[in-house]
Amino acid sequence: MVALVEARSNVRVHGPPAARPMVFAHGYGCDQNMWRFVEPAFRADHRTVLFDHLGAGGSDLSAYDPERHARLEGYAEDVAEILVALDLHDVVLVGHSVSAMISALVAGRAPDRVGALVMIGPSPRYLDDPGTGYVGGFSEADIEGLLESLESNYLGWATAMAPVIMGNPDRPALGAELTESFCRTDPEIQKRFARATFLADNRADLAHVAVPTLILQCSEDIIAPGVVGAYVHEQIPGSTLVQLSATGHCPNLSAPEETVEAIRRFLGGQ
Amino acid sequence: MTIDDSATAAPMTAADVAFLAALVDDDPAVLYEQAPCGYLSMLPDGVVVKVNQTLLSWVDRRREELVGGRFVDLLPPGDRIFYEAHLAPLLRLQGQVREFAVELLARDERRLPVLVTAQAVRAADGEITVVRVAVFDATERRSYERELVRARQQAEAAEARAMELARTLQTTLLPLELDPVPGVDVGAAYRPAGDGTEVGGDFYDLIEAGPGQWTFAIGDVCGKGARAALLTALARFTLRSSARRARSPRAMLAELHEALLREHPDQFCTALLLGIEPMADGAVGVVVTSGGHPLPLRHRGGGTIEEVGRPGGIVGLVSHSRTFDVPVTLAPGDLLVAWTDGITEAKGSAGVFGEERLRAAVREAASGTAQEVADHLVEAALAHQGGHARDDIAVIALRPAPGPA
Repeated sequence: MVALVEARSNVRVHGPPAARPMVFAHGYGCDQNMWRFVEPAFRADHRTVLFDHLGAGGSDLSAYDPERHARLEGYAEDVAEILVALDLHDVVLVGHSVSAMISALVAGRAPDRVGALVMIGPSPRYLDDPGTGYVGGFSEADIEGLLESLESNYLGWATAMAPVIMGNPDRPALGAELTESFCRTDPEIQKRFARATFLADNRADLAHVAVPTLILQCSEDIIAPGVVGAYVHEQIPGSTLVQLSATGHCPNLSAPEETVEAIRRFLGGQ
Repeated sequence: MTIDDSATAAPMTAADVAFLAALVDDDPAVLYEQAPCGYLSMLPDGVVVKVNQTLLSWVDRRREELVGGRFVDLLPPGDRIFYEAHLAPLLRLQGQVREFAVELLARDERRLPVLVTAQAVRAADGEITVVRVAVFDATERRSYERELVRARQQAEAAEARAMELARTLQTTLLPLELDPVPGVDVGAAYRPAGDGTEVGGDFYDLIEAGPGQWTFAIGDVCGKGARAALLTALARFTLRSSARRARSPRAMLAELHEALLREHPDQFCTALLLGIEPMADGAVGVVVTSGGHPLPLRHRGGGTIEEVGRPGGIVGLVSHSRTFDVPVTLAPGDLLVAWTDGITEAKGSAGVFGEERLRAAVREAASGTAQEVADHLVEAALAHQGGHARDDIAVIALRPAPGPA
């Protein structure tokens, strides 16, 4: 079971076995490489766990199930299975982007195993909902545009997958890794994951989060705008909202120090 | 400018002189501003700091509208997600992205399809200082690519339809399930070659020939695809219609032979007919008739295996063809198995499956029901060729039904 789940999700574990576990869940569009500037900062005093969502990175593509993974709940089950397989308790579950919501679903599903939640750039619903006045930032036409964009990049996929190494002659190890995978995803799976992500509505699940929760909100994040972060904060009882000065949607890459610092302060206060 | 005008160099034409003069006139600023592609430089956080005139004209915007703003603001919302979720991380991680297809928002909601290649420039400490972006007009290429995508989708749909058609056709050529025969345990298994997009040339059928009489048929028509399907249909329905008229399996084969010579003189098939007649003592009488088909094997209750029947001419090949009705008896515990050459000629890394492996497989399964025997033989032949059937495989099996004699 352990080996099976580890191979399926390309699980990588670091840090002292007895330390508090910290599980990092990457978001849509990339893989566990997303955490390469953040996760190492916690290895000294945490048992860190990295993995790839099924269909992404080095996961087992044959285990991808179009039905199970048509909904975020399917991804949440995968994560819960990792927690069970590694027998982790009191986990700090760190989710970026869509995985912030996936992690919230995991917390609802395995409350005995999740001890704290860190949501980076969360959004429970990307589509606007005029009926309730909710602003997600996108219309259905926008999401169709994304799917079209993926379709037109489908043709160029082989090129993007090819080894492209430049400017790192002094870091050959990094280069070798790059050729293997970087945010590599089968285009069909990427389209399905896009649908599962951007057409989801998990607003009702926020109220069920019953563990200490940190929300990291970037500045000028077009995927998860500030108003959405504020909504998540309001819906999760007792959550902490921290506004980062980092801009964009990926502070784990663009501002790793600020991200690590915010998470450390939150964990220290627990 | 110095031009080497010595006698050894080829004399310069007026065009050469004009070219060199133009090169000299091209100062770097003009090369940048008027380049045949758009250029844009942005900070690591995506704020545009520099843009060339070509790009400004393409999107019909003023320099001050772009500089100081964010690159993603030039993209429509769907592309913004693609950029922020996929491309921006890639830029951070691998320092470049190549040839990604997006649209740029020009004035008046106009959208310009472009291909974008971006390269991060790093300082000595590895920090990204600036990202240089080259933008190529891809209007024509994009419409061409859309055609390609459409063509691929059509091809996929056509393949799906072909597969569906082949599957449907195949089911009309084989019985959905075998009718029960009192006192006889019958089984059949079939596996089409390859990926199932083609209709195979193997067939089998169990036909009620009269009161207390049945004919179990198995055959292999030449070729594959539509022509083979046509022939299979003809064979199956000719046998069905002749079953009640004909006095023996041999007479049925003769009718099929005549029909093939008459209607498809250039095609032929092999067929094996087993005329089944259950007997009062629990045994089963079988009349074996082969038209160019491998003879069946009888596995006796005691464990011996023997070929039964007599070889006959291929059906529909030459006008004078002889076949023979050979009566055999299956005692309780006996088993009779017939197959198509997809079994014996199955090729694997260990060579062809062959009759020895076939006999061994029959022995392995001999204690099971007729259906289990048929399934086992197909599985064995399939496993022998690594799970990929190069030819159709069909097996039929029968034995006296167990129970009170």
